[in-house]
Amino acid sequence: MKININGTSQNLDPTKNLSDIVTTFCKQSKHVIAELNGTIVPSEQWTKTNLKEGDALELVTFVGGG
Amino acid sequence: MTDSPLVIAGKSFSSRFFLGTGKFKNKKNLSDSITASGSQIVTVALRRIDLERHEENILEHIPSHITLLTNTSGARNAQEAVRIARLAKASGCGNWVKIEVINDSKYLLPDNAETIKATEILAAEGFVVLPYITPDLYAARALVKAGAATVMPLGSFIGSNQGLKTKEFIQVLINEIDLPIVVDAGIGAPSQAAEAMEMGADAVLVNTAVATAQDPTTLARAFALAVEAGRMAYLSGLPLNHGIADASSPLTGFLYDDVPAN
Repeated sequence: MKININGTSQNLDPTKNLSDIVTTFCKQSKHVIAELNGTIVPSEQWTKTNLKEGDALELVTFVGGG
Repeated sequence: MTDSPLVIAGKSFSSRFFLGTGKFKNKKNLSDSITASGSQIVTVALRRIDLERHEENILEHIPSHITLLTNTSGARNAQEAVRIARLAKASGCGNWVKIEVINDSKYLLPDNAETIKATEILAAEGFVVLPYITPDLYAARALVKAGAATVMPLGSFIGSNQGLKTKEFIQVLINEIDLPIVVDAGIGAPSQAAEAMEMGADAVLVNTAVATAQDPTTLARAFALAVEAGRMAYLSGLPLNHGIADASSPLTGFLYDDVPAN
C-alpha cells in the first residue's frame, strides 16, 4: 500500500497501524505529532488507527527556533 | 528595590529574559546557555520529521520546569499559524504559542494583519498567545482586543543584531498598551537588551546573538545580567535625556561666584 509521509511516497504493509509507522520512521515517538489527511490523531489513538492507500500523513516534532 | 514578577496569563516569572533555541551549534551549547540565561520561557519550533536523519528530540535538552513557547515559524498566513499551534498543543507540551506569520522572504517582516487574525482564533480556543509584530499602535490595540497575552514587537530585522531600530515605535507600545511588551528580534548585544528594559519593556527575547556567539553560555549570562540591570534602571526612575548640559557640581566658580562666560 502506498501512502504519503511528509511529502514522500512510502510503500507500507497494510497491516501496520499508525503506532507501528511512527516507530518505523521516528527515532522515538515522544513528542511526535501525527496529522492524518489534515486531522490530528492523538497518540492514544495510534494503535487503533489503520491507514489506507493514498493517505497523507504528516509527522512533526519540535526543533530549535526563536 | 524589589520588583514584581512578570505575569503572563496568570503565570509569574522572575526572569525577564526569554531565550530562543535555534541555530545552536550543538545541544550542549543549548542546554548550558539555557542554564546560564536563567530563562524561564524558551521558544521552540515545529517541523516535519526528517525520515532519513533521525534527529534528536530538542525537548530532551530543555528542563521540564521551563515554559515552552512554540513559535509558528513557517506559517505564511493566519490559517497556517493556527494549524501549527494546534499541532503543538496536540503534543501535550502546553498551549503557549508565539504567533509568527511571515510571507516576505527578503526582510522576514511579520504580517501584522494575519497575526491579528490568528491571535483571535487561537485565543478563543484557549491558547496563551504571544504575537510577534512590526511595532504598530493600531495592530497592538487590535491584538489586545483579540485576546493576546503579550505583544512582541521587533527591534530590527530577525537575526540582524542591529538592536533597537524601531525604538520610538516600541516606546509608543510600552506607553499605550496594557499588556506585557516583549521586545523580540534583532537584539544583538547585552547593551541593546538593557536599552529595551530601561525604556520600560517587560522582557526581551534573544536567540541568534547567543546561539552564534563563540561562547554562547557566557553571552547568555551577560544578557541575563543586562536585562536585570536595565530593569533595575527603569524601576529606579531613570532620569530622561534632556539633550542639554546640566552640571553635576555646583554651578559657581571654585572660590568666587562668577560663572565661566560662554
